[in-house]
Amino acid sequence: MPDLLLELRSEEIPARMQRKAAGDLKKLVTDALVEAGLTYEGAKEYWTPRRLTLDLRGLTARSADVKEERKGPRVDAPEKAIEGFLRGAGLSSVEEAETRTDPKKGEFLVAVINKPGRAAEEIIADAMPAIIQNFPWPKSMRWGEKSREAGSMKWVRPLQSIICTFGPETEEPVVVPFEVGGLKAGNVTYGHRFHAPDAITVRRFDDYVSALEKAKVVLDAERRKDIIKNDAKNLAFAKGLELVEDEALLEEVGNLVEWPVAIMGEFDEAFLDIPPEVIRLTIKENQKCFVLRKGALGDGSLSNNFLLVANIEATDGGKEIAHGNAKVVNARLGDAKFFWETDLHAIKTDGFAPWLEKLNQVTFHAKLGTQGERVQRIMALAEELAPVVGADPGQEALSGEAAKGIKERAKRAAEICKADLNSAMVYEFPELQGLMGKRYAERAGEDASVALTAEEHWKPQGPSDDVPTDPVAVAVALADKLDTLVGFWAIDEKPTGSKDPYALRRAALAVTRLLQENSIQINLQNWILRAIIRHLKSQQRSAHPLWPVYVCLRLNNHQMEYLSVMVDEVVSDHDFKFNLDAEAIVVGLDGNSNPATAIAASSNYQTEEILDRFPAPNSIVSDLLSFFHDRLKVYLRDQGARHDLIDAVLSQSSEGSPLSPLVGEMSAQQTEGGTSPALDQKNASAASPPLSSATTSPPQGGRMGASNDDLLMITRRVEALGSFLSTDDGKNLLAGTKRAANILAAEEKKKTEVADAISADLFETDEERALFDSLEEAENFATQAIEKEDFAKAMEFLSQLRAPVDAFFENVMVNAEDTKVRANRLALMKRIRDATGTVADFSKIEG
Amino acid sequence: MAHDPKNSFQGLILTLHEYWADYGCVILQPYDMEVGAGTFHPATTLRALGPKPWNAAYVQPSRRPTDGRYGENPNRLQHYYQYQVLLKPSPPDLQELYLGSLRAIGIDPDLHDIRFVEDDWESPTLGAWGLGWEVWCDGMEVSQFTYFQQICGQECSPVSGELTYGLERLAMYVQGVDDVYDLNFNGGSDNNKVTYGEVFQQTEREYSRWNFDIADTDTLLKHFEDAEEECKRILDADAIDPKKDREIIMAHPAYDQCIKASHVFNLLDARGVISVTERQNYIGRVRDLSKACGEAFLKTEAGGALAEA
Repeated sequence: MPDLLLELRSEEIPARMQRKAAGDLKKLVTDALVEAGLTYEGAKEYWTPRRLTLDLRGLTARSADVKEERKGPRVDAPEKAIEGFLRGAGLSSVEEAETRTDPKKGEFLVAVINKPGRAAEEIIADAMPAIIQNFPWPKSMRWGEKSREAGSMKWVRPLQSIICTFGPETEEPVVVPFEVGGLKAGNVTYGHRFHAPDAITVRRFDDYVSALEKAKVVLDAERRKDIIKNDAKNLAFAKGLELVEDEALLEEVGNLVEWPVAIMGEFDEAFLDIPPEVIRLTIKENQKCFVLRKGALGDGSLSNNFLLVANIEATDGGKEIAHGNAKVVNARLGDAKFFWETDLHAIKTDGFAPWLEKLNQVTFHAKLGTQGERVQRIMALAEELAPVVGADPGQEALSGEAAKGIKERAKRAAEICKADLNSAMVYEFPELQGLMGKRYAERAGEDASVALTAEEHWKPQGPSDDVPTDPVAVAVALADKLDTLVGFWAIDEKPTGSKDPYALRRAALAVTRLLQENSIQINLQNWILRAIIRHLKSQQRSAHPLWPVYVCLRLNNHQMEYLSVMVDEVVSDHDFKFNLDAEAIVVGLDGNSNPATAIAASSNYQTEEILDRFPAPNSIVSDLLSFFHDRLKVYLRDQGARHDLIDAVLSQSSEGSPLSPLVGEMSAQQTEGGTSPALDQKNASAASPPLSSATTSPPQGGRMGASNDDLLMITRRVEALGSFLSTDDGKNLLAGTKRAANILAAEEKKKTEVADAISADLFETDEERALFDSLEEAENFATQAIEKEDFAKAMEFLSQLRAPVDAFFENVMVNAEDTKVRANRLALMKRIRDATGTVADFSKIEG
Repeated sequence: MAHDPKNSFQGLILTLHEYWADYGCVILQPYDMEVGAGTFHPATTLRALGPKPWNAAYVQPSRRPTDGRYGENPNRLQHYYQYQVLLKPSPPDLQELYLGSLRAIGIDPDLHDIRFVEDDWESPTLGAWGLGWEVWCDGMEVSQFTYFQQICGQECSPVSGELTYGLERLAMYVQGVDDVYDLNFNGGSDNNKVTYGEVFQQTEREYSRWNFDIADTDTLLKHFEDAEEECKRILDADAIDPKKDREIIMAHPAYDQCIKASHVFNLLDARGVISVTERQNYIGRVRDLSKACGEAFLKTEAGGALAEA
């Protein structure tokens, strides 16, 4: 069976693109050949900075003949139809088509098209130009004389030559002739740019690879990496040092060379005073070199040696190369040392104050104000979060002295957490933000957890990053991320599709992980609202003077009661330049009258004007909450939870929650009830019904309304549900519930009457009675258990339903002849569904 | 030998001149305006547009006000020299030609580790981008190598190859000197030797002070507005000169104003009076000018308009 050798030789391909490009080449070529009817035994791709290579073995020499039949119209079909058919099938006259008979269709035409197989060379020559022309590079370019022509060839960098040879092992391979972008496929390549500049003629993969090796090109990237790793380790070992391994750096460096040569370099020992992270970063990011640490005999600290990987075997053994690299490393570390010392001096003489002051001049986002304003918001939120975060799992928030201490630390930590953005070091090395903040905070004598927070509040940066555990760090990390999410939601810069320029998915996942992995219970909606109010507060200077009115108008009574302290603060902060009765707001906060209407009545502004000006916080709350749910699903799925259980729990709990229905849903309810008090400003008076009375509806009968914004409890419930469903009771109850729900759904569809309430008088059997009693009891106990957040217990109570449900279905016909009895029984079905609904929406569960 | 790049900064320049003159380049002189990089020279920016072949090389003094260090940093300067080569269309052996120039100035690729490291070049003020590399010599970036894809918002057709050498860096490398101010400028020895520091250290100090603290921001802001205004006015003028009764499109005078606006923007940036959001706005305004200049140039003879007609 013949083999195919393909090489695309190019000017230097960016290191980060090579691996994927070689993989793409393999896929595109093999797909195209298989599509054309060829098969192959194996394919392997290779790459260096200057070439992509494909070694394709055991290709069939030609594709098989294919006979295709195409059915056409009836023989007596209109001429046009027949003509069209013939044209489509490539036949020139009716005589070339066969006539067949079918009992249904009668006599009709069939075109029999014989496609003879094609030689593999032909198929390859046909397929290659398009594959090369349309190669999926992330960014490609035109070049040279040809670039004058419209639609000229594009490639990642100028493509220089193409090898394409084909043939069985026993024969001399042939060059598959094709041309693309002015390049003709051939059998010539070139070796190492400096060591072996002469042309090399190749036949097939085996001699190609060994010719390259002789020409100082190691084709296999994995081998280049192994060479680098081994040589580096040996060089390090000889000096009593250890290589600090770095897989990503190794991959990159391995793709910057065709002939790797590890060389030891040395920088000025005086630079070891600089924090080791800075040295590592400088040497790694800027110079693409490996750092070394003092080995078994030393203390494990960083060495002033480093390892570079050259692309040549230099005539002087690499002395000049080592010397040159050391000079650059010294110059860069000299800069870093200068920044480090400048910063330390600044901290020592003035503390953090000047850096904090400067945050007020730096824009965070054009629509979200300065970094300084951002820090103020984070401080306020972190201070409020700290006593909650600091409490033991399942316990009330801290209070008294304990709360005071942690609040102060959280506030201070939040205050300085972004200060290092103004340090010289972070200006130069943005990657060091946080870490430098911690270093400087330590030097400034800040509390240990405050200093730690400067670094850890950025975490977790992704699904595998460590999650902070220090309560101060956790509080600030949560505050920071909530503030960011709310901010970008408020200005409608949400992630869409693959676009997430502000890494908001990562922020939401971070919140999820912070809460889960520290077992923190919070109602996210409340905290989102708080963050919204903080945003409004920090925008008050630039925003409309009516913003506090707006805050009150947009919140319902329940929310305002909950947040009364904050709203109070917001209101008293404002200087009330307009004619507004501040008293009215405070009165409103008591819940006795409606603050919004009171405000509207005493101001000269149109309420619509205010409402139109700002996004509704409640649409932010609900939208952001469902964003959190999506992140939670991803997170739980990664942890191995069943997605249907997550859906079942989320769909149940979205039924009711302490703060909902939200104001966003308010208008619909208001229009039902006639004139909206909020929008009818002229008629507004203190006697109007409270704005939000319609919205704070009590939990629906039978529904628990467990909150859907406490991510930790959602997880607990998913877990409890999972273990319940793995028991026999659980499985049977699920089956029973589904059966009940199906019967109910079928009857509801038929518009059969279902009784509003269950009437014991209409029971005809013991099973009905028993089921009813069990339902009453189970639902009651389950509800209580859920209130105590004991989901396992709630499941246990529900499991007691299994026997009566089973007995009911075994012995009772739901569809009784007496319509009243039937309606009553259907109401029982409904009750089963509702009872299980206290823990989860069973209809979402599979199986 | 006074021309030896190994001990003479000017020798390095002369060697490069000779190398590229031999190749057939027009050896031009620096443009007589303040620019941030050799790319701004109209011999690059404008000549990279249109269909006409063009090979040029020149030294361009480049000013980066924010990089001023009062003559105290051995590596950073607010005024330095770039050596610029523009070959249009890019020849197929451009990499080899470039390596030849390194050999000419005494960098032996069998002794030194020369690498082409990915670099996507982009100039938001010029509305320009290209792909290429930073060229590393023993870990130090010594040149930029770019295939221009777009300049002044116009597609390059054909594509030019641009080579930009950091002359001070290269000279420090070739001369084996750690401090830019210690470079031998003229190749002389003992009493006849003139160092880079003798030529430029004082001016670095003076300009650093002016750039950072003294330059009057109100005046600069006005200069910016004026240059912008004048650029637009020039381009708005009737293409036909009534005096000569023929078409004279003033792409170059207009482009001068664009360069001026760009440099004034850099000065304002160094004075720290441009906020992050304003920054984008200024960059956008300069880009609009450069686009308009590019369009105008394409209507001129050098831009290929007559050649096509």
